[in-house]
Amino acid sequence: MAPVFELRDVTLSRDGKVILDDVSADIPEGAACIAGPSGSGKSSLLRLLDRLRDPDRGEVRYRGRDVRTYEPLELRHRVALVPQLPALIEGTVSDNVRFAARLAGRTPDIGAILTHAGLDPSFADRDASRLSVGEQQRVMLARALAQEPEVLLLDEPTSALDEQARDSVEATLARLRQELGLSYVLVTHDPDQAERMSDWCLRLALGGTVVDR
Amino acid sequence: MTAPIDVSLGQLAATLALVAIAIVVSVWQKVDLERDIGVAVIRSFIQLSAIGLVINAIFEEDRLVFVIALISVMVLFGALTARNRARRVPGAFVPLLIALATAGGATLVLVVVLDVFEPEPRFLVPVGGMVVGNAMTSAAVALNRLGDDMRSAAPRIEATLALGATASQAALPVVRSSLRSGMISLVDSTKTTGIIFFPGTMVGMLLAGADPVDAVRLQLVLLWTLLGSVAIAALISTSLAYRNFFTPAHQLRDLPA
Repeated sequence: MAPVFELRDVTLSRDGKVILDDVSADIPEGAACIAGPSGSGKSSLLRLLDRLRDPDRGEVRYRGRDVRTYEPLELRHRVALVPQLPALIEGTVSDNVRFAARLAGRTPDIGAILTHAGLDPSFADRDASRLSVGEQQRVMLARALAQEPEVLLLDEPTSALDEQARDSVEATLARLRQELGLSYVLVTHDPDQAERMSDWCLRLALGGTVVDR
Repeated sequence: MTAPIDVSLGQLAATLALVAIAIVVSVWQKVDLERDIGVAVIRSFIQLSAIGLVINAIFEEDRLVFVIALISVMVLFGALTARNRARRVPGAFVPLLIALATAGGATLVLVVVLDVFEPEPRFLVPVGGMVVGNAMTSAAVALNRLGDDMRSAAPRIEATLALGATASQAALPVVRSSLRSGMISLVDSTKTTGIIFFPGTMVGMLLAGADPVDAVRLQLVLLWTLLGSVAIAALISTSLAYRNFFTPAHQLRDLPA
């Protein structure tokens, strides 16, 4: 099967420090992960996939096309990134989901989306800022799902959660993969999580070099 | 207006006694401001005397082109000064210059068109100076806030961009709060004016022997004029400057801390 993302000789630096050093990889459909210690450039790599950043050198392709040839806003609707820490807009859970859906031109079924994200539909009218971090993280996931994306990019989605909440988020992601056939690219520093949650994994080392794929 | 007030050099020198109190307090309480007080007194004397001579010359020439030249210089120095307070905003100078020029120009044109003031140097120079000065303060406060908030809100802004929002949609809450902080101080001081402090124009007119009713009316004209010009300056500076935090592809730029 053709890869979802192709990275070709991708180099990225910031303030003179190399973050990704000549990375090439083909990321397949399905459950993929990018693993490595903190400082190995995993999150930066994830941001190249939906063009929140551009590499200094090299090329990133989505479904065979250079990401720079897509309209950036359209690309981000198709490839939805969920950041590491929840960062919601002011208002209720449903305000957040509607906001995301409207940006992508969708009409959301709030109850169904919340259920997919592992939240009870009764959360819709709750003030988003008063939820626990784990619940907020699920609202972040719900916002991404409201855009009906083709691929989810998940940046350490469980790093701020305790073990029980982590297991529950992992179960949610597995269910999304099964029920909606949604592909995802998961960034994690936890080798066990990488093992549990992916069929394919890109491992990075400090300094942003590829260990194996 | 009744008899204009005369201030002799002797009277001016006498007020230095109050400056001496400030210096004594500074030395006694080790506030370490005596040098700055000295510099402030000397600079205020030189700067105000110089601008007094310039204004005198402009009044005697009585030509609008000199008024425009003087206000342009004020706008330029205002933008340079405000840029120093908005260091965390990349490329702040051009937005500030446009903001101050528009606030000054639009306000002066409006007060003339509305027949509040006649288009003469003796009205336009002092009003223009006040407008540009207040516009500068409000734009500087707004951009200072913008520079801080764009950094602290960066995760939320990037999360919004990740949903495929435009840069302007993602920055809207920060731009709004910056605009608010640029405007709030004048709004607050306008609310308390007359109760907690007497504004400068009114004080000046009362000292010069004007009728209190006239003094109050002129003060209100100026306060209300300033509200408009401050809003223009804060709006234009924030809505131009936030763009410098983003690339054309709606990406948040890397920022120096």
